[in-house]
Amino acid sequence: MNVFDIIGPVMIGPSSSHTAGAARIGYVARRILAQRPVRAEIGLSGSFARTCRGHGTDRALIAGILGMKPDDQRLPHSLDLAREQGLSYSFSTVKLPKRHPNTALVRLAGAGGEAVEVEGASVGGGNILITRLNGMESAFTGQHDTLIIPHRDTHGVIATVTQALALYGVNIGNFKLTRPVKGSVAIMTIEVDGGITKELVALLRSQPNVANVVYLHAIEGEAQKHD
Amino acid sequence: MIDYTSLEALAEAALQGGVSIGELVLQDQAGQMEKRPEDLMEQMDGRLAVMEHSARAGSAPDIRSTSGLTGGDAFRMGAYAAKGGALSGDFCARAMATALAVAECNASMGRIVASPTAGSCGILPGALLTMMDMRGASREKTCLGLMTAGGVGLVLALQATISGAEGGCQAECGSAAAMAAAALVEMAGGNPDMAVQAAAMAIKNSMGLVCDPVAGLVEVPCIKRNAGAVMCAVAAADMALAGIRSVIPADEVIAAMREVGESLPCALRETAQGGLAATPTAQALAATLFEGTGGEGR
Repeated sequence: MNVFDIIGPVMIGPSSSHTAGAARIGYVARRILAQRPVRAEIGLSGSFARTCRGHGTDRALIAGILGMKPDDQRLPHSLDLAREQGLSYSFSTVKLPKRHPNTALVRLAGAGGEAVEVEGASVGGGNILITRLNGMESAFTGQHDTLIIPHRDTHGVIATVTQALALYGVNIGNFKLTRPVKGSVAIMTIEVDGGITKELVALLRSQPNVANVVYLHAIEGEAQKHD
Repeated sequence: MIDYTSLEALAEAALQGGVSIGELVLQDQAGQMEKRPEDLMEQMDGRLAVMEHSARAGSAPDIRSTSGLTGGDAFRMGAYAAKGGALSGDFCARAMATALAVAECNASMGRIVASPTAGSCGILPGALLTMMDMRGASREKTCLGLMTAGGVGLVLALQATISGAEGGCQAECGSAAAMAAAALVEMAGGNPDMAVQAAAMAIKNSMGLVCDPVAGLVEVPCIKRNAGAVMCAVAAADMALAGIRSVIPADEVIAAMREVGESLPCALRETAQGGLAATPTAQALAATLFEGTGGEGR
């Protein structure tokens, strides 16, 4: 933490967790989709659902999905901008047991036919934690460069991936493996200290049993805890 | 490198170095962030500019919060302050008007600096912008004041909490009052020890303040508490500048604040289940505001 975490972040009000954090969850979902979103279905749980309108949680989520940061002056007008940019959306209240009270479930469909489902929690002070990705457990904050790698659950895949990272001099800060069923699709979530290149992502994608590689660059800007 | 675990150590280090707490924090943070001090001052000046803009935006007569529950009080206070003759004096009336303005800007989905949080974002601008407007403080001096406030805030965040959900309103508006009090003292020419005394007294006068937002929104009573807290900051700063000392040392005050926060029942920590949020009027307001979250676009 530094002095600009205290005198900051700069954000659109009124609530760091219900507005700034919500915008970030939408933003991360958009980055993972990595194409222009045309449809967003958003489920809100707990306190997110209860105070949604008053805190602008709906506008903040849509703003993030449109690629805005939490301090973007256009955030309050995001619902109009969504219409202009061809993004249709719906909000509903969902029950997500045993989750953080401020949790949103964001389903996005992109212009290029891709779809993602991101579940994220706003954990305070504008900070977020992505807890599920396409229905599978995950855990990353978006504050670090993150690799999300769905792969076939078989021997040697993790070693291959980490070896490639070592080869490119990339240091791993956090590693999480999710495996709902043995032998099916598993997800590696790897937070790194930077150094991810297009070449490295391509190399990782070409590895046997790696289904996909999503590279999420650390969220930057005023609302980032370490700007 | 400073570890920001003690206000008293912060004052001691500044006194030994012959600098203000603001200057000490600036040098330390530049070192820790591997940046030049002038770059940090420039970044802080950017935050100051956002504060100035929020204060202007929030002073409009027709400003309304998203819920429609609040708005226009900063304009009323500003007009009253401009008339002169406020019981609390011109400085305090102006500081309250500014604090209300920034808090109303926040409630209307305007752009603000969370300092330390969005709910308490009016207190530092209320105090510091008024030093610029009415006491001729330069931008540089005001940015150093924000460094002082930031240093105090770091200690509070690390040794207690600045989250209302964890420690009640004392953690948000109380922390902001302590940060503003220390900054006011240094901007008015007081020494680092006086600044820390002021921070301690501001916390003492905010201790136990509960977080009880009506309908869970950052509006009632949050906006008016920003005005109350800036008064608390000015009172603490004036007492410290007069040479008054806190009987309980600053770091013990912070420890007490943490304990009080931890012993607050959950209903009084941002859950909108107790305090003002539980009054019949608040319940009725909440019922009219909660119309569900269903919505369709296009």
